[in-house]
Amino acid sequence: MQGGIALWGVAVLLASAGVAALIASHRWARHVGYGLCLGACLGLMLASGHYLVLAPAPQSLHLPVGLPWTGAYFRLDPLAAYFLLVVNLGGAGASLFAIGYGRNEPQPARVLPFYPLFLAAMNLVVLADDAFGFLLAWELMSLASWALVVAHHHDPDNLRAGYIYILMASFGTLALLLAFGVLAASSGGYSFAEMRSASPAAPGLILLLALVGAGSKAGLVPLHVWLPLAHPAAPSHVSALMSGVMTKVAVYGFMRMVFDLNGAPAWWWSVLVITLAGISSLLGVLGALMQHDLKRLLAYHTVENIGIIFLGLGLALAFSAHALPAPAALALSAALFHVFNHSLFKSLLFFGSGAVLGATGERDMERLGGLIGRMPLTAFAFLTGAMAISALPPLNGFVSEWLTLQAILISPQLPSWALKLIVPAAGAMLALSAALAAACFVKAFGVTFLGRPRTAAAAAARETDRASLTAMLAAALLCLMAGVLPGPCLDALAPVVEALTGARMPPQSWLTALSLVPVAESRSSYNGLLVFVFVAAGTLLSIAVVYCVGSRAVRRGPAWDCGFPLVSPLSQYSADSFAQPIRRVFGRVVFQAREHVEMPPPGDARPARLTVTLKDLVWDGLYAPLAAGVVIAAERLNHLQFLTIRQYLSLVFVALVGLLLAVSIWT
Amino acid sequence: MDRHAFDVAHMLAGGLVLVSFMLLYQDRMFALLNVFAVHALVLSASIAWQAYIQGAEHLYVPAAIALLLKAVIIPIALRRIVIRLDIHRSIETVVGVGPTLFAGIALVALSMVVMLKATGASIDPLAREDLAFALSVVLLGLLMMVMRRNAVSQIVGFMSMENGLLLAATGAKGMPLVVEISIAFSVLVAFIVIGVFLFRIRERFDTVDVAALDSFRGERR
Amino acid sequence: MDVMLALALQGGQMCGVLLLAPLLLGFTRRLKARLLRRRGPPLLQPYRDLLKLVRKQVVLADNASWLFRGAPYVIFAATWVAAALVPTFAIGLTFSWIGDMIAVIALLGTARFLLALAGMDVGTSFGGIGSSREMLFASLAEPAMIMIVFTVALVAGSTQLSFVASFMHDNVSLRVSLGLAVAALAIVALAENARIPVDNPATHLELTMVHEAMVLEYGGRHLAMIELAAALKLLLYVSLVACIFLPWGLAATGSGAAAYAIGAALYLGKLAAGGFFMVLFETSIAKMRVFRVPQFLAAALMLGLLGTLLLFVSRSF
Repeated sequence: MQGGIALWGVAVLLASAGVAALIASHRWARHVGYGLCLGACLGLMLASGHYLVLAPAPQSLHLPVGLPWTGAYFRLDPLAAYFLLVVNLGGAGASLFAIGYGRNEPQPARVLPFYPLFLAAMNLVVLADDAFGFLLAWELMSLASWALVVAHHHDPDNLRAGYIYILMASFGTLALLLAFGVLAASSGGYSFAEMRSASPAAPGLILLLALVGAGSKAGLVPLHVWLPLAHPAAPSHVSALMSGVMTKVAVYGFMRMVFDLNGAPAWWWSVLVITLAGISSLLGVLGALMQHDLKRLLAYHTVENIGIIFLGLGLALAFSAHALPAPAALALSAALFHVFNHSLFKSLLFFGSGAVLGATGERDMERLGGLIGRMPLTAFAFLTGAMAISALPPLNGFVSEWLTLQAILISPQLPSWALKLIVPAAGAMLALSAALAAACFVKAFGVTFLGRPRTAAAAAARETDRASLTAMLAAALLCLMAGVLPGPCLDALAPVVEALTGARMPPQSWLTALSLVPVAESRSSYNGLLVFVFVAAGTLLSIAVVYCVGSRAVRRGPAWDCGFPLVSPLSQYSADSFAQPIRRVFGRVVFQAREHVEMPPPGDARPARLTVTLKDLVWDGLYAPLAAGVVIAAERLNHLQFLTIRQYLSLVFVALVGLLLAVSIWT
Repeated sequence: MDRHAFDVAHMLAGGLVLVSFMLLYQDRMFALLNVFAVHALVLSASIAWQAYIQGAEHLYVPAAIALLLKAVIIPIALRRIVIRLDIHRSIETVVGVGPTLFAGIALVALSMVVMLKATGASIDPLAREDLAFALSVVLLGLLMMVMRRNAVSQIVGFMSMENGLLLAATGAKGMPLVVEISIAFSVLVAFIVIGVFLFRIRERFDTVDVAALDSFRGERR
Repeated sequence: MDVMLALALQGGQMCGVLLLAPLLLGFTRRLKARLLRRRGPPLLQPYRDLLKLVRKQVVLADNASWLFRGAPYVIFAATWVAAALVPTFAIGLTFSWIGDMIAVIALLGTARFLLALAGMDVGTSFGGIGSSREMLFASLAEPAMIMIVFTVALVAGSTQLSFVASFMHDNVSLRVSLGLAVAALAIVALAENARIPVDNPATHLELTMVHEAMVLEYGGRHLAMIELAAALKLLLYVSLVACIFLPWGLAATGSGAAAYAIGAALYLGKLAAGGFFMVLFETSIAKMRVFRVPQFLAAALMLGLLGTLLLFVSRSF
């Protein structure tokens, strides 16, 4: 039943893409277009939420569209329903935000039609139950988001971002295509049901291909290079969708292929996944610290959080490979809960950056500042998101990272030696990245919203519109709710986890005062609700006591800067100066950061200059040689363009004979 | 042999690894020599404890040698050398402290895996772990020799490596006394030889940075 | 009746840490002065300072925002809750299960996050320098702390402090990994509490300070809240070391009044000993350059990681 509703919702989204294309130039177009999307997303959300709560048997649907001899299969099972919920929660938030934010769009016709298409494609990926439909939806998702990335195509940076994005997306799809090819080779059919029942011939190869294909979409290091370029290039509500939601669809793809369709996991899969995840989380946050473009900073944090999610997935794989279903369920729950949490706070943060962009026209933090007095509600929402992503209690980011740490603490049970060494290292990386994320968001929030405005545009900023504020405050409220009441959320995850690992976490909802107990109370417990209540009560109590006992008087005066009157706002700490100590400590190895001070001699009126050079080692080490190789190969192959007909024929002939030979040897 | 005796032995072996890390971390000359003295002190305590719990009186001899020679005489001698060479300033490390420590952790992990995998489960687990600690100390000493450019700190690295060997030998029960004494004396000889070389190098190149030797051989760093 | 008693004990712990925190600060200041052959301030001076500050008028910068005014109270409350979660004189109190060691660290992280933001609020360069350096130190100290928690939790099989304390009490033994954890915890505690060699709590030379630079703009009741939070944090770390590594005398649930009295007396003794060793270390060492501190903290991180690694490889370390 819910599956049918979901398909109808997708149909509404597709229809609204058409409607939006027709009316895009109209003044009310964004209200209609985004309003339709909002409605469809809410409907899909309710349907999937209803399914998750009831947790009935999987529902399959077969539509006679698509390939003539197979048609299209759709299926709603707990995993799909959960990701459907995540996708449409993010989609609903982004649509609501866009109703207000859309007014800043110079060319709505370039955004409006593709936006519902993008949403529909993501829903279809989650619903698809055959390889053909999955890949088609996946490609549609890539193309629609690409169109949105290059919506502002007058900026050459955006064009370059779009180019790299489409290249990486095609590469990822190729890997997925091959993975499905290997799966289909052993099952003999393209529907997931057939693949599930057959045992694949080369499960290791499938894992590698799925990791490359889904990892490139999710932004796993070293396949992340496109992400910090493409996500910020799109309009902010689309950035929120891409970072908050599309990366989760990629995580879904990985989980569907590896946990559901592929055979039993081998131990080395988890070594690979955990290593990449640990590196992603650390490199992502360090990359973010080096940025002063607010949206790019957020995009780098997506890489970090994808690392945290994949760490949970890797641990789940490790536990499953060693037949430890209960810890696997814990690790998988942590990963899935982080999927939900990240989609919430990352959307919220992108909304906030969009609101700032709309109010000031600036993405560069070095040209902002002092917005907290001018946009107090936006600042409040952004602060909530920043605290959530920095894994600070009582918000939701802390809960999922806490669960991941708990899963790590169980992992000495794993017998494999490689895991014994890698898991603690990954744990250290996770702890390091959480602490660095806090530093990064002190920088992001402090430089953007606090201090004094650095430019006239920042000084003239006004609070953003109601629809955007509603979207942001709702997301902030959800962040708090998920952090304070994690028990019910994790219970809702139980059917998903049970379907994939065969076990579930102990039921949480009815424990004392809604506390969270992953294994046993003697091992660890956390109660977000009471922590929140105690902190709030402590705050109110201290305010009350201080106001009763002490003075209430307040005098305003100029800030005291060691005897100097406050000079230019440029004398404040900037984003780069805030990150300078961290750059000196971590960047020297990771980014080969070099500082060069050019100091004019005394008496010379020229200013001193500090030049910092950073290198992207992944780009320089992996992609630049690859690109150079492609250019060289293309030049070599260029003369194939100018052959005679006889030579062309001989090429075809040689290829044919070669294939025949291969067949004769192979069989 | 009760659990407590093993715990202390374990603790001392682990303490030696910890002091090896302190050697890696320490980049000032005098502090380095002090830490090295502590290294020898811990080693001596460890050997003496082994002598006590194994009831092997002859092991007290190497303990005393370690205490006298490495914890007192050699640090004092090195201190004088450092003062005479006028190099009691910072040591220039090839790589920063963070990566060095990280490499050290990786080496400890490696030696754990190698030792615990190589020796079968039939041997007492605590003895295996002690062996693993000893191997870590050796590897950390080697790492220090690789990472440092200053000849004096290379000597310290070399000697801490030798301490690791001694730890392994005493933990393994039944190393002849002769061997230990000969090791101790060979180290003393090595120390004297290196000390003499140090002064020769300094006379010739005006530095004890071993990179100077490379340029003498015509190699460019 | 039992419930009332349990709640009273919990309330006693919460008030106790609050009341003792300035005393510990006064004790360390006094002791340090004595070690330097000065007379030093009276033991109760921190209480007087706090009262004085609370009664004073607040001077706010013109552009100070709501965050600047609200943050001190939240910082105080978060630190207070964290400090109350660490067992002091008894284990298994009514609300001891609402957070484990990781939650305690994260609550301190919340307080620090807000404090660093408050330092940047007015837009002076000193606030910025303090916040930037504080977050640099935290970015190493916090993972080091998590690694210490890992080590302890792998030994004790729990991250819940009450269970850790009772495990440590019942299964006392020398362990290499715990030795590493103690060393790392000492380093982290010095750094987190802005003590010498990392930061100087008594300095007012702007370029050398970290914590004081962040709170430079604060005055009056706001400063009082922040100072009280700092005192609570010091108490928290001493209690944490005492609870994990010296778990003797902690009263178990439901034991008699005598046990609680002994627990409280021993706790005072532990606090005094902790303060004494900290001061002894502080007076015997010089302050580090700012860029040597990351090395110092990296050493703590490595020690914690080493301890965790050893425990992953073999349970007997």
